[in-house]
Order: sequence, then structure tokens, then C-alpha cells
Amino acid sequence: MEALEKQFQEMKARLEGVEKRLPSNKISMIVFSGDLDRALAAFIIATGSVAMGMEAVMFFTFWGTPLLRDKKKDAGGKDLVSTLFGAMLPKGVEKLKLSKMHMAGMGTAMMKSLMKKKNVASLEEMVEMAGQLGVKIYICEMSMDLMGFKREEMIDYPDLTFCGVAKFLEEAMDSRIQLFL
Amino acid sequence: MSETIKADKVMDLKGLPCPMPVVKVSKGIKDVAVGQVIEAISTDPGSLTDFPAWAKTSGNEILKTEQDGKEIHFFIKRVV
Repeated sequence: MEALEKQFQEMKARLEGVEKRLPSNKISMIVFSGDLDRALAAFIIATGSVAMGMEAVMFFTFWGTPLLRDKKKDAGGKDLVSTLFGAMLPKGVEKLKLSKMHMAGMGTAMMKSLMKKKNVASLEEMVEMAGQLGVKIYICEMSMDLMGFKREEMIDYPDLTFCGVAKFLEEAMDSRIQLFL
Repeated sequence: MSETIKADKVMDLKGLPCPMPVVKVSKGIKDVAVGQVIEAISTDPGSLTDFPAWAKTSGNEILKTEQDGKEIHFFIKRVV
């Protein structure tokens, strides 16, 4: 009887351990791309996930980083390379290009007017909607530093944190779905 | 004879494409009490598969789906 009780306690402890490792009802996305189409897909999935009752986390890194810059904000005190980088990369979501058929701006403009006609929410609206829905945004500190971006030039977003890869991995480990876009 | 369902709230989602119908309905259903019914009207054909998927995942119940030309009427009971 005592052996049975011990076995039961052991099983209980193990079950608790397993339960602790079950992922939350959460989706974690890496937004690596700075293309309009991919960014749009990322935000559609993020807002859709919240609608499905999930938590959504987006980690912006590399070419995804500049799209979170605020077009109205500027940061001074940059060196030449950072200034050049800043000028060459899209400043905010409005400046993004399609990954295909950009055609010197014609294709992207056409897609945007088509989206408007078909009532598809613009990327600006999607970012705002994501903020209202509580989608969490992380920005890769290393990409910020590499491209010479400063915190004060990024968008005002309700839940925005600067972090490294470990934070993303912690979120990813606790998520049922992980995507790389 | 088809029974008529009385909706406690009507949501007009006409003209909205993916992901807005599902995003709006998931927010809007919180405005009614558990047990109450909302009628969501969508013109997005994707809603026909999206709404049942959303209902199943969120734990709510679609009582009836009616198609009236381009309009799709979903009667959804708030369960959770």
C-alpha cells in the first residue's frame, strides 16, 4: 500500500512537470522580411490569431525592423553609415514595396489602389488594429544597432519591447504555432 | 418550416474582406451576454469556412447559416 502511494505521488509530480511544459495558446512570429506583401500577411495572421482566442507575438528583425519606424519622427546624432542606412531603408509601413511586381513603384501603387477598392485594410490600419487587439511586438535590439536606428524614431505602439533572441525563443517555446516570415 | 432566430445584436460586416469579419465578430460577441445570439452579416465568401473554424476554436456556436444572394447571415450563440 505504501509503495502504491509513493508511486502515485511520483506520477503526480511527473504529470505536473509535463503540464508545465505544455505550450500556451499562443502564436509567435518572426518578421524578417521588409516586403509589403509579407508584412501584410504577418499582420493578418496576428490579428486573426487574436480573433481565434490566441495570444499573438511578433518579433521584428533585420529587414522587418525599419517598417516599425515612425515616418514623423527623426533621430539625430547618427554617424554617416547609419544616416545612409536610414535613408535607404523604408521609413515606416507606407514605404514598403511588393516582393514581386514592384515595377519601379507602379506595381506597388496598383496593388495599394486595388486593396483600397476591395476594402482590404492597409498595413497602417492593420498595425493600429494589432495594437488595439493586444498583439505584442518585440524589436530585435541587434538589428536596431546594426542599422543605426534609435528607439525614439520607432512607432508609438501599446505593447512594444526591445529584446534579443532569447526573449523570442522563450515566447516561441511557449507557443503552439511559430512562423518565420 | 424554418424557425426564426431572434438576434440580440446585429453586426453588419458587409464589404469587409479577411481578416476583418472574424476579427470584428470576436470582439462584437463580447457585447452580448452568454446565451444571447448575434446575427453577423458578411459578404466575404471565405466567411463560410472561417466562421465555423472561429466558432469551433473559440467555443461559440453557430445556430444557423443563411445565404441571401451575396449576403451570408450567421446566427451565433455566445457560449463562452
